[in-house]
Amino acid sequence: MPDLLTIEQLRAGYGEAVVLSDVSLSLREGEAIALLGRNGMGKTTLINTVVGVTRYFDGKIALGGVDLTKMRPDQRAHIGVGWVPQERNIFKSLTVHENLTSVAQPGLWTPEKVYAMFPRLEERRGNMGNQLSGGEQQMLAVARALVLNPRVMLLDEPLEGLAPIIVEELLTALRRIIRDEGMSAILVEQNAKKILPVTDRAVILERGCVVHAADSAALVADSSALETHLGVTDHGPRRTRRSTQNS
Amino acid sequence: MTSAAANEVAAYLKRRARWSPLEIAFWVFAFATIWLFPGKYLILKDTAILALFALSLDLILGYAGIISLGQAAFFGLAGYFSGLVAKYGIINEPLLALIASGLAAAALGFVTSFLVLRGSDLTRLMVTLGVSLMLGEVANRYSNITGGADGLQGVDIQPILGRFRFDLYGHNGYVYCLIVLFICFVLARRVVYSPFGLSLRAVKGNPLRAAAIGIPVKWRLVAVYTFSAGLAGLAGALLTQTTAFCSLDVFSLDRSADLLLVLIIGGTGYLYGGLIGAVIYKLLQDWIANLTPQYWQFWIGLVLVVIVLAGRERMQGWIAAARGALEDATARVAARPAKFASDRQ
Repeated sequence: MPDLLTIEQLRAGYGEAVVLSDVSLSLREGEAIALLGRNGMGKTTLINTVVGVTRYFDGKIALGGVDLTKMRPDQRAHIGVGWVPQERNIFKSLTVHENLTSVAQPGLWTPEKVYAMFPRLEERRGNMGNQLSGGEQQMLAVARALVLNPRVMLLDEPLEGLAPIIVEELLTALRRIIRDEGMSAILVEQNAKKILPVTDRAVILERGCVVHAADSAALVADSSALETHLGVTDHGPRRTRRSTQNS
Repeated sequence: MTSAAANEVAAYLKRRARWSPLEIAFWVFAFATIWLFPGKYLILKDTAILALFALSLDLILGYAGIISLGQAAFFGLAGYFSGLVAKYGIINEPLLALIASGLAAAALGFVTSFLVLRGSDLTRLMVTLGVSLMLGEVANRYSNITGGADGLQGVDIQPILGRFRFDLYGHNGYVYCLIVLFICFVLARRVVYSPFGLSLRAVKGNPLRAAAIGIPVKWRLVAVYTFSAGLAGLAGALLTQTTAFCSLDVFSLDRSADLLLVLIIGGTGYLYGGLIGAVIYKLLQDWIANLTPQYWQFWIGLVLVVIVLAGRERMQGWIAAARGALEDATARVAARPAKFASDRQ
């Protein structure tokens, strides 16, 4: 499969601060990558830089061979970058249906198709954005990115702060979007073990650089890499000495 | 969009854009005032102009989230434009002059729109206010053209379409203003119920997110600001045409601030806020000024404080409940003949 999204020696950040110092990775057509790392390592900044809402310093970002670095965020969206931001950012003054129809683009994913995937949204189609639960807002954020019919979806912590039952529902939907429909995606997630089964490869960021890349299946089995880079042990996240003493 | 999806979206927007019975009743009553209040044409005409002016602000404030203290710039420019073209006989037909004035204001809106794209609400307030003040001073400086502090004298407005002269009682002037207001309202309504209008509300909700889902935020804001400036210009031109006079007062801060008061009273983001607010504001102003000519602003201020403290949302909740009840009753009355016919069969 050819590379769909190519990032080479990317430097970006906010204002004068450089958060990503040298990031290179590539995403193939139909592939899903888990972007992992501890808090503050640059995962969200990388996603935001591909979307075009951070300060770009240097390097290359290309989608299907087209250079994105000089494009505005709306132009990037038009050529196929779909974004599900961490904050969800639902349009609160629009109904669920308006959230979808105001942005829908030609393609496979129509509002009706996303309603079939998220029946809860169909039930709430007349509700305003601020009349939804956290889980429904997250579903709407994913659905809104889908109806743009992007070539690549960037999902920033889509499971954060959701009830376990909603997490399972969303994971099922993500599995279908990625595995069955063949959507190329980069998923940022704190909970590596939840997201690795959905993805093909995993990339770990540390201090704005890629420090580890592996197949997702291999990383799930590699407890030492998980513990070294993410602090994840077989018994859950590793505790620091101080927190252990306190407890 | 695939054609099926496009049709579905179009059908949805069409459903949303249907005129409700209450809206129809509103406009029937508005036109009925021509016969209901024959002695009140002057205040009705002022109300219609203020309503159009407020509608222009509601479009940018209520739908795009652009707060402005400079709508008077467009109002004033078009006011002087329509006065000057009439005075010097450049465009004698009031309707053509009105359209030309609106276009002139829209052109100014387009040029200045790029100034309001950047910055926060406070920046926008200052920039829009600054543009308005600058234009006011330019009009003052070139008093040989504008009449300066004495105002633009000697404006002779020809009959509309060569037939309807602006009469002393203000009848034709009011009908003219009301028709222009209605046409502009229909246009604005069409805009806000289109995909463009939906995208504006998305931009208002979250500009960054709107951009990331493919909405060209900058150009949408430029477009709506330009359109809004055109409407404000039409209001200014109507004032000049119906009074045959224009003074520096058209650029004053008071005029822009009054608009905000009107929208605070009527509410933003549903188009009727400007219209209802203008009616209430003008009635209050007229009533209180009759009671206490010197201190009417005190009472207007008190009303505003009460509205803000009581919470306009709560009042709108009551109005929405009343509207729902009225629509239910209308639907029941409409269903009754059908039920009666089926019972008879």
